[in-house]
Amino acid sequence: MQQAVPAATLSSSRRRGNVGDAIFAGLAVASGVFVLLLLGSLILSLFIGGLPAFSAFGFGFLWSSTWDPVKQVFGAAVSVYGTVITSVLALILAVPLAFGIAFFLTELAPNWMRRPIGTAIELLAAIPSIIYGMWGFFVIVPLMSQYIQPPLIDAFDGIPLLQDLFSGPPFGTGIFTAALILAVMVIPFIAATMRDVFETVPPVYKESAYGVGCTTWEVMRSIVLPYTRVSVVGGIMLGLGRALGETMAVTFVIGNANHISPNLFAAGNTIASLVALEFPESPAGSLKLASLLALGFILFVISFIVLAVSRALLRPKLKV
Amino acid sequence: MSTTATLPQVIPGPAKDPAIARSLGRRRSHANTIVKCLCILATVIGLLLLASILATLLWRGAAGLSASVFTQVTKPPGSNGGLLNPIVGTIIQTVLGTMIGTPIGLLVGTYLAEYGRDSALSNAVRFVSDVLLSAPSILIGLFIYELLVQPFGGFSGFAGCVALAVIVIPIVVRTTEDMLRLIPAGLREAAIGLGAPKWKVIVMICYRAALDGIATGVLLAVARIAGETAPLLFTSLGNLNWSISLARPMASLPVTIYQYAGSAFDDWVQLAWVAALLITLGVLAINIVARVALRRKA
Repeated sequence: MQQAVPAATLSSSRRRGNVGDAIFAGLAVASGVFVLLLLGSLILSLFIGGLPAFSAFGFGFLWSSTWDPVKQVFGAAVSVYGTVITSVLALILAVPLAFGIAFFLTELAPNWMRRPIGTAIELLAAIPSIIYGMWGFFVIVPLMSQYIQPPLIDAFDGIPLLQDLFSGPPFGTGIFTAALILAVMVIPFIAATMRDVFETVPPVYKESAYGVGCTTWEVMRSIVLPYTRVSVVGGIMLGLGRALGETMAVTFVIGNANHISPNLFAAGNTIASLVALEFPESPAGSLKLASLLALGFILFVISFIVLAVSRALLRPKLKV
Repeated sequence: MSTTATLPQVIPGPAKDPAIARSLGRRRSHANTIVKCLCILATVIGLLLLASILATLLWRGAAGLSASVFTQVTKPPGSNGGLLNPIVGTIIQTVLGTMIGTPIGLLVGTYLAEYGRDSALSNAVRFVSDVLLSAPSILIGLFIYELLVQPFGGFSGFAGCVALAVIVIPIVVRTTEDMLRLIPAGLREAAIGLGAPKWKVIVMICYRAALDGIATGVLLAVARIAGETAPLLFTSLGNLNWSISLARPMASLPVTIYQYAGSAFDDWVQLAWVAALLITLGVLAINIVARVALRRKA
């Protein structure tokens, strides 16, 4: 027969267990609340830091396109425009490529190829953004200024609208180059998300379509894409969220100019690149620093909305 | 009672004519071939981009590799400096950032998987953690600047560590929650049946079972923060002199790349390439190790 444990020891060890439980549960809940506070204080600190700029320029800060450190007049329009235009251009370039890669990985590639190529694409996402900046500055910018921009400028010369979008001089840097680098950076994110959502399509749907004689492309267009449409948009939004806040890669190639020009080959600025470039010349307590923090607040609001929408769209299909 | 089956009416269309049917079929298969080729082309472009980046780094970076890179500190242009202080600074900040961020992330992940589950608070925490995961890292830098640099009157290595820790937290939260949720309920029930309190079940059973997955998450977080530049610009700033004090500005490889690559001095640009090569090889190696570890587990 087994030795009975004295009742007193048993209840004291149970009590200790209860105390341990209370401590551990308390720690877990507290750290959960800590994360909420972390994001809350992030928003608050950007807002408070930007308050002097908001109160000095009012709502006009949002659409004033002046950025004049000498006269101490600052506006957000140029960098907000640059942020939006580079990100949208980047998506236009990246989405078809990402779709092709995801289509290849889920439907076309033989099984032995899927894993290594999938990993290679994911490694593209792991490369630090400063490396993209350097690569863009030393490899892409010379290519653009010698082989890509001059022929495009010549080709569109004289065509209304297009000649405004693509005009000289071909420095290689500028909005279009920044968008190109951003596209390379977001391709792996969008491709990986698309691949994952394409894999959620029940095989029997695809098999039925193949059974009635559909080609691979018809299965993709008529079965897979309609089934995953919402999540695909969510994946694209996720890529947009990445592109909006990208700093180092853009800073290297955007050219740093504070005016809005329809010309895509002209230099510009994004919120992130302006903050990175101007921060060293913004002493603590200055109106310029406050303006940069206000820009940070605007960037946060934009990316928060994009990320929230992307998450809401992706949630039903992927657990994100 | 008799049942009559009626065949659906065949709609007479152009496809009834064999010649037209064949040409329609040809058009469909042509479209299929074109799309397939374009997709293969897209994949090839993706792989070529990776190859181009790696080849550029190897080609330009390997040219400047020498022992002095690892033994000399950063010096003014033309005096044969190295990268010792950025390398040490990156290691210190990455390790400390991971050490600060991992326990918090682990606890938050534990809360989401074991305590909160689908409560309103845990959904809020999950959402906020996801926002932090994808939030622009430059904003985290500005936040820590407001929090730790401005009030304390100077840039510091410690502020850099905290900024990196904020990036680590959501990555660890995500993997911890995912891995804990994968653990079969039977394992927990067996431990509870033996009378173990909940915290012991979590620490001694669940953490152990999920260890590989959680370690992978931490490794991926290390790889992510080792290459971060933007948050460090506003916190640890970079330092061209030897200093491992956490209270003073601290050098790091990414910030040194940023300072050197844009400079007009050939030897600085060369060192920037070496630094870029080192950081990329390190980050990719950690990524591959993490993936291999996770695959063995799966």
